[in-house]
Amino acid sequence: MSLQPISLYPIFAERVRSNIPVALVTVIDGPHIGATMLVSPSTDAVGTLGDSELDRVVARDALGEVEAGRTGVRHYGPQGQTTPEDLVDTPTVRVFIEAFSPPPTMWIFGAVDFTAALAKVAKVLGYYVVVCDAREVFATRRRFPMADEVLVSWPAPLFSQRGSALTSRDAVCILTHDPKFDVPAVQGALATNVGYIGVMGSRKTHAKRLERLAEVGITSADQLARLMSPIGLDIGARTPEETAISIVGEIIARRTGRGAPSLRDSDGLIHK
Amino acid sequence: MRELLNDIERWQQAGKQIAVARVVDIEGSGPRDPGAAMAVNEDGEVVGSVSGGCVEGAVVAEALEILRGDNQPRLVKFGYSDDEAFAVGLTCGGIIHLFIAPLTW
Repeated sequence: MSLQPISLYPIFAERVRSNIPVALVTVIDGPHIGATMLVSPSTDAVGTLGDSELDRVVARDALGEVEAGRTGVRHYGPQGQTTPEDLVDTPTVRVFIEAFSPPPTMWIFGAVDFTAALAKVAKVLGYYVVVCDAREVFATRRRFPMADEVLVSWPAPLFSQRGSALTSRDAVCILTHDPKFDVPAVQGALATNVGYIGVMGSRKTHAKRLERLAEVGITSADQLARLMSPIGLDIGARTPEETAISIVGEIIARRTGRGAPSLRDSDGLIHK
Repeated sequence: MRELLNDIERWQQAGKQIAVARVVDIEGSGPRDPGAAMAVNEDGEVVGSVSGGCVEGAVVAEALEILRGDNQPRLVKFGYSDDEAFAVGLTCGGIIHLFIAPLTW
């Protein structure tokens, strides 16, 4: 097939490695099976599916998919027709649109032993991990070699500079145990669209924290309901590593809307 | 496919022919979501996975058939069924649709 005069793979690999959102679009059924196109925001699509009108329509759809981080199959007519009437009596082109979006982010506040374990587990799950603590002696690369960034900072500046980038896929975990640091971190996180906010501490600490949050004006039930505190699933975790598993387990369960019982004790589909 | 890039490039530099298999659709319960991928080179070396290990062997066979045969992409499905057509089953009871193609783009 001579549809692809230029090699797309190097462009694709470069974008994926640079965390530039990209959709890898492939005809999986139809006249030009195997034809491939790359679609990224704010740049022209590269490659062709064999018809310029089909390219235009699919590129538009792929852009939406890559922005939403969704992967799946779509059906078109040979010239990109999408309405059911247009598709009657025409062969269907099936197109697989695979979205490669930047990895989700986890910000961990507090440079403690639990942080190292959580950062490690978060990396296994593919998170871009940022560790943040105001204490220079604790927030070091040497202690957190697995983190993508280790920042010596108070929470407020980090949230004001980068908080707007947090989305429902991202997580903020506050492990400091220190109200001086916890309160501004919670305040900062609540002002973002981050999907998960977990705060470590005993039930007593949590009750005290709520008082401190009230002092800075955070009293709305809707806001407070976003806090997972005490942090983590009730699996009896003791060590930093076990606690890390309970935290990421909770993040997964919140995302999928599950109550996190054992599969043995429920029924229905394992994968939905 | 993100996790396959390094191996793919190592094979490319060694001048190997490569096929990539990707999960494109799942019916019912499936172990891996669309986008799960594995790559196979002409020597039968494999990286990545497309299921919980149930169909990988069959996928390698398909990929090698493509690389050693007509070099044409194909859509294949594997699932649990009474149908004799399904040579390989998924233990979880679903059907996965895979697109297997030589890496020529």
